[in-house]
Amino acid sequence: MEISRHWRLQQQRYGLVGEVCPHCDIKIFPPRDVCPNCAGEAKTLFQFSGRGEVYSYTTIYEPPEGFEGNAPYTVAIVKLEEGPMVTAQLTDVDNNRVSIGMPVEMVTRKLREDGKRGMLIYGYKFRPVWSHQSANQLAA
Amino acid sequence: MDQPEGSQLMRPAREVGLIGYGAYVPRFRLPASEVARVWTEGASALPIQEKAVAGLDEDVATMSIEAARNTMARAGIDPTEIRAVWVGSESHPYAVKPTSTIVAEALGAVPNTQAADWQFACKAGTEAVQAAMGFVGSGMARYALAIGMDTAQGRPGDALEYTAGAGGAAFLIGPAEEALAVIEGSYSFVTDTPDFWRRPHEKYPEHGQRFTGEPAYFKHVTTAAQRLLEFTHTTPADYAHAIFHQPNVKFPQRAGKLLGFANEQIEAGLLVGEIGNTYAGSAMIGLTAVLDAAKPGDRILLVSFGSGAGSDAFALRCTPVLAERQGRAPKTRDYIARRTEIDYATYARLRGKLVME
Repeated sequence: MEISRHWRLQQQRYGLVGEVCPHCDIKIFPPRDVCPNCAGEAKTLFQFSGRGEVYSYTTIYEPPEGFEGNAPYTVAIVKLEEGPMVTAQLTDVDNNRVSIGMPVEMVTRKLREDGKRGMLIYGYKFRPVWSHQSANQLAA
Repeated sequence: MDQPEGSQLMRPAREVGLIGYGAYVPRFRLPASEVARVWTEGASALPIQEKAVAGLDEDVATMSIEAARNTMARAGIDPTEIRAVWVGSESHPYAVKPTSTIVAEALGAVPNTQAADWQFACKAGTEAVQAAMGFVGSGMARYALAIGMDTAQGRPGDALEYTAGAGGAAFLIGPAEEALAVIEGSYSFVTDTPDFWRRPHEKYPEHGQRFTGEPAYFKHVTTAAQRLLEFTHTTPADYAHAIFHQPNVKFPQRAGKLLGFANEQIEAGLLVGEIGNTYAGSAMIGLTAVLDAAKPGDRILLVSFGSGAGSDAFALRCTPVLAERQGRAPKTRDYIARRTEIDYATYARLRGKLVME
């Protein structure tokens, strides 16, 4: 796998960093430099909160190459609270406990290893909300 | 003010303290009774109740990132203000390639920062705290991040397999006037003591059985603590809490007793029975649990221990801003309560102990 591709994507993958359109204020993920809403140039970086909810999901029992060690695992389309939809693995959850509408939060985890000798690839996954919730409860 | 000639107390010219703190414990728990069931038909004495085990997608980098995010939430400063990201561990994911750059990148602290990985068995994290004290205390940097984190491994069936856990903590060190706890001084006591080691390319560590007790753990922990008390003109009665490195429940309890601390002073920071020995994270995560419960004005004694061997001791004093920062991130007890029990077979899968090819 190309090292350079992983390296180019690591900022958005590690921290859920996308873009905001300076013309219409729409939030963009993944970053694409052109606003999908108004077609204006949009290169301003935007840090997403990491909060969202499960829009849809499926559990993978026959994983693609590189993910065999993690199966079975659940992949979800997550609707971020700022608007965009992202596809990601869910983590810290039993596969039979996932539901549509479930509030989730972003965590950075190991996505896979490029073989025994290759690089380790890290990126965003989502888990059921608990830390923000407990933090807010404590603050209240 | 410089330390006087011959002084063994370490205190920087500019007073420093903890600006933020954060813990991380993975959700899986392996009861010690499971290890005993598989290897001794349940006959062995259990050194702890259960230990935390990292998930398939977790390692020292990902765990450090979450602890550091909790720390930054409490500190409330811009990550681009950090000038050092230091990770102490004996289970860095790569043999060569820093964990610290991954953590710094994920926090948004790159590129204007120092970054390094530290190593000294179970005290790799507290050394990073001392180095951060120097970095900030000299005026070279305003903020430095020091992390102690491990996903410890014990040979199947070995005494260490009951206790070798996963977890740790991160601290942001900065100027005392912004601190939630001021560091009043530190002292290190180090000798060449071969109580525990792991040679290159070996998967599991070796240890000196009973040699790990008196000449290693107790000598270094109690001497470091006693000297720091002496140098800071304090006695055990001055401290609301004391935390000692926790390879099992008995060692820190006995160290506390030898030094004259009561059980009530060590219980808030004694987590090993519920999460295991988190190695470089062990004493540091104990401190996070204490800070979650501490009150302004409380004094805290922290003493780590790293095999090989040495102890770093710290005297801290909580300030009024502690109360407003405690609730900005999950408490260490929240992580401990987030618990999924597993059996030995699942543990063997999660820790890569099954031969696949």
